[in-house]
Amino acid sequence: MNYADLFRVTLPETALEVAALLVLVVDLGFLRKAALKARAAVAALLGVAGCGAACLALLFTWGYYLRIDGIYVFIQYGPNGAAQAGILALTALTLLLFIDSLFTEHVGEYVAVVLMAAAGGLIVTTAQDLIIIFVGLELLSLGLYILTAFAKSSGKSAEAALKYYLFGGMSAAFLLFGFSYLYGLTGSTNLLEIVSALAHSGPSPLLYVAWILVVAGLGFKVAAVPFHLWAPDTYEGAPAPAAAFIASVSKVASFALLLTFAGNWMGHYGVVEGEPGVEFFSPTHYFQLWPQLATILLVVAAASMVVGNLAALVQVSVRRLLAYSAIAHAGYILLGVASHSSLSGQGNAFEILWRSPRPMVYITNAVLYYVLTYGLTTIGAFGVVSVVERATGSDRLDSFLGLHKRNPVLAAVLLVLFLSLAGIPPLVGFWAKFNLFAAVLGVSAGPVPFALVALAVALSAVSLYYYLQVLKRAYVMPAIDETPIKAHPVTLAVLVVIAAAVVLLGCFPALLQGWIESFYPAM
Amino acid sequence: MLAWTIYLSFAGALAEALLPKRRNTLARWLALAVAVAGLALAVAGFVAGMGNNPGGRQVIVDLPWVPSMGIRFLLAADGISRALVLLTGLAAVAGVLFSWNIELRTNEFFAFFLALIGGVYGVFLSFDLFLLFVFYEVAIVPKYFLIAIWGSTRREYAAMKLALFSFAGSAMVLIGLLAAYATAGSHSTGLIELAHAGLPASFQMWCFPLVFTGFAILAGMWPFHTWAPTGHVAAPTAASMLLAGVVMKLGAYGCLRVAIALFPRGLDSWGMSFAGIGSWRDVFAVLAVVGIVYGALVALVQTDFKFVIGYSSVSHMGFVLLGLMTLNQIGMTGAVLQMFSHGILAGLLFAIVGRIVYERTHTRQFAELETMHLSKRLPFAAWAFVIAGMASMGLPGFSGFVAELQVLVGAWKVNPWWVAAAGVGIVVGVAYTWRAMQKAFFSDALPAAHALEQEHTHPFAAITWPEVTGVALLAGVSLAVGLYPRILLDQIEPAVKALLAGGGQ
Repeated sequence: MNYADLFRVTLPETALEVAALLVLVVDLGFLRKAALKARAAVAALLGVAGCGAACLALLFTWGYYLRIDGIYVFIQYGPNGAAQAGILALTALTLLLFIDSLFTEHVGEYVAVVLMAAAGGLIVTTAQDLIIIFVGLELLSLGLYILTAFAKSSGKSAEAALKYYLFGGMSAAFLLFGFSYLYGLTGSTNLLEIVSALAHSGPSPLLYVAWILVVAGLGFKVAAVPFHLWAPDTYEGAPAPAAAFIASVSKVASFALLLTFAGNWMGHYGVVEGEPGVEFFSPTHYFQLWPQLATILLVVAAASMVVGNLAALVQVSVRRLLAYSAIAHAGYILLGVASHSSLSGQGNAFEILWRSPRPMVYITNAVLYYVLTYGLTTIGAFGVVSVVERATGSDRLDSFLGLHKRNPVLAAVLLVLFLSLAGIPPLVGFWAKFNLFAAVLGVSAGPVPFALVALAVALSAVSLYYYLQVLKRAYVMPAIDETPIKAHPVTLAVLVVIAAAVVLLGCFPALLQGWIESFYPAM
Repeated sequence: MLAWTIYLSFAGALAEALLPKRRNTLARWLALAVAVAGLALAVAGFVAGMGNNPGGRQVIVDLPWVPSMGIRFLLAADGISRALVLLTGLAAVAGVLFSWNIELRTNEFFAFFLALIGGVYGVFLSFDLFLLFVFYEVAIVPKYFLIAIWGSTRREYAAMKLALFSFAGSAMVLIGLLAAYATAGSHSTGLIELAHAGLPASFQMWCFPLVFTGFAILAGMWPFHTWAPTGHVAAPTAASMLLAGVVMKLGAYGCLRVAIALFPRGLDSWGMSFAGIGSWRDVFAVLAVVGIVYGALVALVQTDFKFVIGYSSVSHMGFVLLGLMTLNQIGMTGAVLQMFSHGILAGLLFAIVGRIVYERTHTRQFAELETMHLSKRLPFAAWAFVIAGMASMGLPGFSGFVAELQVLVGAWKVNPWWVAAAGVGIVVGVAYTWRAMQKAFFSDALPAAHALEQEHTHPFAAITWPEVTGVALLAGVSLAVGLYPRILLDQIEPAVKALLAGGGQ
């Protein structure tokens, strides 16, 4: 194996790790005597620079793959590339929101952990080997547990971190157990080899057990029911920038991983006649595998949608409301992932795919579009919540009373972001939902996917109620306290940029879609 | 050119939102300017449509929006669209005039108002289903805030109920839209393309009622109408005028332009019939007739003046839906004309009840209004209501008569029983209107002693020029259309004919 190749393919992760170490060195070595605000600003900006360097590295590594003994270990294009770029952008935004934070003195350590967790996320999106996936996932998760506990003076933070850690540890154990079964079934830890081995041997009960365990492990990461119990407490207890990071970056990484699993069942990105491309497996045994596996994902998706939306209706804490809405959105996205490889069952499935790989690409793009824009909107939402929390002392609904008078810009940002989450046009959240549901209906047939899409749309209508509750406090109900709320200029600038992006991407959906599609080799 | 109605309204809304607080006069005049500009464009567009292809479809803007999915930014207008755009322009100007006295957060009020108007213009001018849906949903949020912030009785409950009902209706439409798009091959969302996409009859048979009901919720079809009276009563005057006048027509327009045009096979007979109902057409026609009679009967027993008008809106929208279900030229033309006529008259009635009477008397209860001798103290309101009430009853000479006549003639061709039931509704309509008129204006009940003194020491505020202008505008238009309906019918009839012939060419 050529270490130079390994280095080249993991250049973005390396850039992040170097940046993390640099932040630690600068903070511990040179800034011991500086004020907290200055240290936080320097650390955050170094972190953002690190993300920028990693993005540049991404440009160099685009299209690279790493083969060891002829087996693909890392693949850097298609949805993986777009997800990586998204992770880096979202990490940079959460770091910018961190500049104004007061919850810790250990700013260097915070930024370093964020960057290392982001590196873990990057590994997760590109790896094609079970062990490397697990390593990346753990690097991401351990970082997140630490970030949740960072507000040392808050009891809620410690409680949330402990719950998150215990739950997460259990889920990691389940995941590893599932992986071990996959290894046992096929004799390999490489996803592509696993899939081709299974294609020949066909489905077996052990495969379903393994798949259920894997879904348990990954369902925890995306906060899907019934693995969601950590989410409300973590969203409530973690310091705001950390919560924003958990809600956005780890979701993007986890869904990219799910897409890798799903994508590998159909075909894989490889090298076909010297060009990066998609190779498809020969059909017969193979399409038998997916429908039963997809059912498990569909059940989880439906449960998440229902539980998430219904539970959010009664929340009084805006952070918990965002957590349950995250569960609901995870349900919608899982619906997309589960439909990834559904085929109509009519005609020769192999032919359909070979002539037009559009169905697979179509769903992947829609899922990625949804996750990336959802991550962006959530970071904005947490940004607004953190400003209001700081000024009023709590994140209850009543803290938002009269926000339109206390800080009109912040209230306008809140309006845009929450309406986007509810799925109101012309904002990006509407387009993401429409795109995803249209993709699901475009590739699947039959009553079940249709019923689930109808359920998802109906529950979106339900979700308007709880998003309007927050907006009602901000715009309609009379204020108790009318003192103006001040937000740090960087925070406000970031929030305005996010809101503007939400409006712009919603009015011109082709922009982001085109960008995601540009990561694919021409087909 | 008609597209500028949309752009100007949204630009106006943004400008109003950015105005500094407490520049109320500037906010009002800016809103009036934008509304008048929109009306001028609407009239110009209407007149332009009178040319050598009256009522024919003209494309205004056609740009690719999301090419990979076949979604285009497609604005076009045919006779129906132009008539309804004209209605929107009139309702917008009247709404601004009747909101002249709003002092609380004036610029925000007009920002939401203009955004709502922009969304409504957009729906009437869209010929791409996705674009239509976008504008349809854009209209929901301003409605919520208009009612929740500036409304009166139980406003937060009414606003949320209205928002959720509307959103639920549009969710049903979205499901139908996604299904139709996927079934047609995911090539395009244009209305014309989908109409010609050859969707299977079995698909249309379930998609039609879903989409029709989704739109009909907003149109106030019985039994999904319950948001309407609550919402109209709670809303501030201009919002009630818009809600009853224009927004309910959005639902009816969607029923016509989307449900009937795209899924005509859904109206076919089922092959078997149950108690006289043998197709979705019968179902919705019966529901429409029930709405006419139920709305009228309930209006007859109300104690709150504004509730009478609210329920009368439900009753009149029943005529629209009945006309749509006749599926013949005259009935559907009558339905579109009734959309226009009721839009004007509902606006006028809510303006009188809300702005002219309620803002001065601070009560809408008949028991109290009876004692106030309004025919002597507010003679302008009294005779304005007499005119509006007569027009709303269907007196010949006003627009309501022509529209309802056409609907009934069209319905007679299909099923005379529907006409009989609707006739009952008309008679009850006369009853509730006269009852309201008599109780509110022409009653001689004696008030309590101290109130009798109030009559002389505290006269009501004088009628202002915006109110006079607004009443003159709306009553004048209704009279003009009633005396010479050809103005509108010359463009509506060909458009309806084209739609019935199949998707519109």
